[in-house]
Amino acid sequence: MPPLRLTLIALLAAAPSLAQAPQTPPPAPAQAAPAPGQQPPPLEVSVTGGISAPLPIAIPVLPAAATVQTPAGSTDELGAKLSEVMTADLKNSGLFTPLGGERLRAIGYDEVTAPQFDYWGGTGVQALVQGFVRANGDGTLTVGCYLYDVFAKAELTRQGFVVSPADWRRAAHKCADTIYARLTGEGPYFDSRVAYVSETGPKGRRTKRLAIMDQDGANHRFLTNGQSIVLTPRFAPNQQTIVYMSYVNDQPRVYVYDIGSGRQRLVVENASLTFAPRFSPDGRFILFSMAVGGNTDLYRVSVNGGAAQRLTTSPGIDTGGSYSPDGRQIVFESDRSGSQQLYVMDADGGNQHRISFGGGRYATPVWSPRGDLIAFTRIAGNFRIGVMNAGGGGEKLLTDDWQDEGPTWSPNGRVLMFFRATQGSSGRADIWSVDLTGVNLRRLPTPLDGSDPGWGPLRP
Amino acid sequence: MKFATPMMLTAALLTAACASKRPEDRPPPPADVAPPAGQTAPQGNVGEAVVPGSAADFKRSVTSDTVHFALDQYDIDAEARAVLDSQVAWLRRYPQVRITIEGHCDERGTREYNLALGDRRANAAKNYLAGAGIDASRITTISYGKERPIALGSDEASWAQNRRAVTIVVS
Repeated sequence: MPPLRLTLIALLAAAPSLAQAPQTPPPAPAQAAPAPGQQPPPLEVSVTGGISAPLPIAIPVLPAAATVQTPAGSTDELGAKLSEVMTADLKNSGLFTPLGGERLRAIGYDEVTAPQFDYWGGTGVQALVQGFVRANGDGTLTVGCYLYDVFAKAELTRQGFVVSPADWRRAAHKCADTIYARLTGEGPYFDSRVAYVSETGPKGRRTKRLAIMDQDGANHRFLTNGQSIVLTPRFAPNQQTIVYMSYVNDQPRVYVYDIGSGRQRLVVENASLTFAPRFSPDGRFILFSMAVGGNTDLYRVSVNGGAAQRLTTSPGIDTGGSYSPDGRQIVFESDRSGSQQLYVMDADGGNQHRISFGGGRYATPVWSPRGDLIAFTRIAGNFRIGVMNAGGGGEKLLTDDWQDEGPTWSPNGRVLMFFRATQGSSGRADIWSVDLTGVNLRRLPTPLDGSDPGWGPLRP
Repeated sequence: MKFATPMMLTAALLTAACASKRPEDRPPPPADVAPPAGQTAPQGNVGEAVVPGSAADFKRSVTSDTVHFALDQYDIDAEARAVLDSQVAWLRRYPQVRITIEGHCDERGTREYNLALGDRRANAAKNYLAGAGIDASRITTISYGKERPIALGSDEASWAQNRRAVTIVVS
C-alpha cells in the first residue's frame, strides 16, 4: 500500500524548526465510508452564543514507530506526553470534554490510520484523535495526528510536524490547533506564547520581573532579574523582541528586549516619562505614550529609533493605544471629556472620535486580531473586562470581580487573558483567561504572581 | 507599616541598589568617623547631629514631605499649599540642593492611566514650587503610578494616603 502523505499547510512552510512532515509511514487504511443515505450530520462545535455542550473527544496515547531514546525522553514517553498536552489544550478551550492519556485503551501503530470506530463509538466519544511519534535519523521527531468522526467513520483532517525533541510540546499544540480549527471553524491559538510580569513581595514594594511562557504555562522563563520595576510587555509581531516599560536607573522608559541576545535597548532618547508601548501590526513602529510636564499624549516611533511623531495634542491624558489589525486605525483612552473613555483615530492621528458612552470609565482598549471587537477594562465600582464593537456599541461585560484589568487577545480573537488583583494588603495578582462569550473563566498557572499579560501571535 | 519579614528585607535590598536613590536607604556613616574634608553635599545624620541642608534636615524642617490629592485629581489644595510653602522656605535656604518629586496614585485606577496621573501630580507640585521661585532645574519628577503604595489596605483611608506627591532631597 502506498504511504499516506500528510497535508501541508502554508503557515508552516517557513519554519525551519517546525517543518511539515513530508510523509508518514502508517499504512493507509481501507476507509470505511458510510453507506449512502446514512450520512450523519457533520461533526462540528458550535462557538456562537456560548458553549452549550462541549464535544466529547478521545486522544489515546500516540504510539511510537519504534522505541527510541531522545533528549526529551523515549518516543514511548513522548507519545503519552503529546496526548496529555493535546488533551489539556482542548479541555482548556472549554469547547471539548477530552479523554486522553493512559486511561484510554492503547492503540497500535498500525491502528493509527485504521481506527476501531465501533469500539470508540461505544465509549461515547464523538471525535477521535489518533497520532504517532517517530524518531528520525537526523535527530528530529515526526509527529502525525489524524482526526476522525466516530459516528461517520470518516477522517476529517490530518497533519504532521517535524520538530526537534526539545520542541515536542509545539508539535502537540500544532496538532491540537489543527483539531480545534477543523471542528470549531475558529483560527488556531494553542501554539502561542505569553509575555507577562511575574510578581512577588509585599504590596508596597512588589518585585516585578519580565517573563515569558507558553499559553498553557509551560516553558516558563524569567527575562529580567527584578532589580527594576517592569510593566506592560508586548510581543513584536515577529516574536523576536518584546517592547515594555522599565524603571532602569529610576528613569521609567520604553525599552525593547531582544529575546535571542537578552539585550535591552532604550526606544526614545528623551528626558520624559514614556510608557504604554505597543507594536504596529507590521512591526515597523512602536506606539507609545509620553508625559511632558504633566500632559500625556500618544506618539509613534520607528522600531529603529529616530524622531517620534506626535499623534494627539489634547490637554488630557491620552494613553493605552492599540492598532487595528490592518494598521490603519488606533483605539486609545483619553480623559479629555473629564473621565477615561475610548476613542478611535486614524493611524496618523486624524479623525479622533469617541466610541464609549456607557456609565463609568473605560480603559486599556485592545483591538481584536479579527478586527471586529475592542476589549477594554470598565471601571464602575468593580474593574471588569468587556468587549464592544470596533465602531462602538454592542457592549458586553465578560467578568465581574473586584479588580480585573488589562485584557489581551488570543491570536484567533476567541479568548481574552487579563489580570485579577486581590483586594486587601497582600497585593497579589494572577493571570486569568475567559472565553469571548464570558464563559470558561480560568486562572493560569504561574510560578509566582502575575500581571500585565501580553498574548503573542501564533507561532509560525 | 510592619514588614519585619525576611521576604520584605530581601525585596528592599534588591530594589535599594537600583530602584531607589533615597538617602534614607543608604547606610548611615559610622558614628565615630567624621565626614571627609571638603565634602559639600551633606549626607544626613552624622552621629546624632542632623546636617543642615540634608535629607534628614529637610524632613525635620518642613511641615511634611508629602502632599495629598483627591480621587483622580491633581490640583494643589490649601492644605497642600501650606506643605509646599514650608518646602519652599527650606529650599530657599539651601539653593544648592536638588530634589525629586514622586507622583503616586491609589490602586483604583488602571496601570497606564495611573502612570500619567502620577506624572500630573508630581508636575503639579513641581509647578507650585517653581511658581514660588524655586529654580525648576533643581526639580526632577518621577511617576510611580500605583506601583508603590504607602498604605496597603483596599479602603478609602488607604487610597487617600496613596494619592500623593513626595519630595525627596537628592543632594
